[in-house]
Amino acid sequence: MYIIVVGAGRLGYYLIKALLDQGHEVLAIEKRANICDNITSEMGSCCIRGDGCETATLAEVGTNRADMLIAVTGDDEDNLVACQVAKHKFHVPRTIARIRNPRHEKLFKKLGVDVTVSTTNIILEHIEKELPTHLLTHLLNIEDKGLEIVEIKIPPNAITIGKAIKELSLPPESILSLIIRKAHKPIIPKASTIIRAEDQIVAVTTPDSEDALRTILRGR
Amino acid sequence: MKIVIMGCGRVGAQLSALLDANGHNVTILDTDAYSFRRLPPSFNGKALIGNGINEDALKRAGISEADAFVALTQGDNRNVMAAQIAKHIFNVPKVVCRIYDPLRQELYTTLGLETFSPTAIFAQILKKDLES
Repeated sequence: MYIIVVGAGRLGYYLIKALLDQGHEVLAIEKRANICDNITSEMGSCCIRGDGCETATLAEVGTNRADMLIAVTGDDEDNLVACQVAKHKFHVPRTIARIRNPRHEKLFKKLGVDVTVSTTNIILEHIEKELPTHLLTHLLNIEDKGLEIVEIKIPPNAITIGKAIKELSLPPESILSLIIRKAHKPIIPKASTIIRAEDQIVAVTTPDSEDALRTILRGR
Repeated sequence: MKIVIMGCGRVGAQLSALLDANGHNVTILDTDAYSFRRLPPSFNGKALIGNGINEDALKRAGISEADAFVALTQGDNRNVMAAQIAKHIFNVPKVVCRIYDPLRQELYTTLGLETFSPTAIFAQILKKDLES
């Protein structure tokens, strides 16, 4: 695949390396001359100096034959414009933008960016997982369906312990899909499955039902 | 009319002053409070610190009730993004955006934004002047 990477900062650098290792044809566009030189001397001629939001620069690097453009500069607005120019001017089939502000996700989708990666959200989710007070962690968003997959840990003092799943009044859009227990094989929950302390439950839910689901499983 | 202007540079400040003098309800946004020095003492509108690509800042500026939004920062991409937020998220009836880069301006015009490129306009004026 021919992949164009806009922005060769810290994230861009490792991305270019990884994509080259996977055997892709990669071209990076970077404004800062010194960064550009470093990449060229280390990885060969795969970086040109320029503004990846400019039509002229993108034309020069043959963006019309690119399979993918990934914009990973530090500024959301630059990433948006690079993707929009690639999409609407050069008809690149797949555009991916890094976003800093998680709330920009919807806007970017609306404006034609195919995929957004929120570095802030990814780090937040990892931190959430490590916080013992957080009983619900986001694993995956299925955006076009408005669903999300979450993991809920049952704390030792939850009053749901010992209850069967059919006794819980789960929010309508929520499905418990998997229970992971210590020293056991993962089990697919049935109506009669009894909840135990320290269970890790993987569930499908909607952003609106998330709070209700957490409250019901924690039993408060 | 209620008008929100983003970017209090020379053009932003002058436009705000003109509209304000004509009796419009003007709110001007800039990330740097120092830029508000460009507003005349007679300015009756609101001057707010905030970034126009941030939805909360736009809401504070009253974007939801605005009749018009003008993006006039130094950054083409910031202008483009803020203008698209105003148009597509807040459905502001009139959105105008400055884009210095003529090629980018052409693209966003085809995507339905109302845009001006000072670069292209000024080059045309100078050309006319020199050839006359």
